[in-house]
Amino acid sequence: MGDFTPVNGLIGGLLIGLAVALMLLLNGRIAGVSGIVGGLVNSKAGDTGWRAAFVIGLPLGALAYILVAGGPAPVDVLASPPAILIGGLLVGFGTRMGSGCTSGHGLCGLALLSRRSVVATAVFFGLAMVTVFLTRHVF
Amino acid sequence: MAVPRIFAALGCGFIFGLGLAISGMMNPARVIGFLDVTGSWDPTLAFVMGGALLVAVPAYRLILGRGHPALASGFSLPANTRLDTSLILGSALFGVGWGLVGFCPGPAVAAVVTGLPAVLGFVASMVTGMALHAWISGERPVRKGSSDAASDPR
Repeated sequence: MGDFTPVNGLIGGLLIGLAVALMLLLNGRIAGVSGIVGGLVNSKAGDTGWRAAFVIGLPLGALAYILVAGGPAPVDVLASPPAILIGGLLVGFGTRMGSGCTSGHGLCGLALLSRRSVVATAVFFGLAMVTVFLTRHVF
Repeated sequence: MAVPRIFAALGCGFIFGLGLAISGMMNPARVIGFLDVTGSWDPTLAFVMGGALLVAVPAYRLILGRGHPALASGFSLPANTRLDTSLILGSALFGVGWGLVGFCPGPAVAAVVTGLPAVLGFVASMVTGMALHAWISGERPVRKGSSDAASDPR
């Protein structure tokens, strides 16, 4: 891609860190997106409200940025339709089996200095890099 | 206490989604630009993770030093510390899916706002994968008034 934007990246990252910190300070919860969505898929009674609210907040925050920045929404999905469907299944199944995703393990887990999260983060970053290498440079 | 917690979660989701959009990481093409270490590498994702950890690591230390969260009676933290097969295999499957499309769960859910068929298809597929895992691992949704729920050990 070659379009390196460290300042926007850092500002966005600081906001994500703030969101994760506030979730622990206010609700005492880990802000892991796969865990929050997964809990909606397989919901225990009385647990749905805050999960749904968090999930609704994500696209609303993105909408606020799109409205302020203007222009087309910055989302380019380059994968083919079959790859999108297989990728979605793998991301959904894998994050539930592995108990977390980039936010739950990669941010919250690392902030908790969890050994499980360090290992999980290394595994999913490693496999994602191998997959991109194979799909872009080999096949 | 439930209503303040719902508004708090809405606000946290909003800030999270805003951060994802500003950072550029809501765009799978940019994420793949980071993962493509042998191509024209875009290091932005490292700045996003770095920025987030810069806040989260000290904040978690300070917050967990308090007795309890502001709106709940206790912290709900993961208790499992074992490095087991599900952790490794699940993370590996997730990594392959992430590399195929460039979407992990947070950015995919935030990007639903674009209404793009590719995003909606990915999220529907992801939720199906989650439901499939719940079904295979024997988790059952709690149904009100059903005999299943009454006999469920949890």
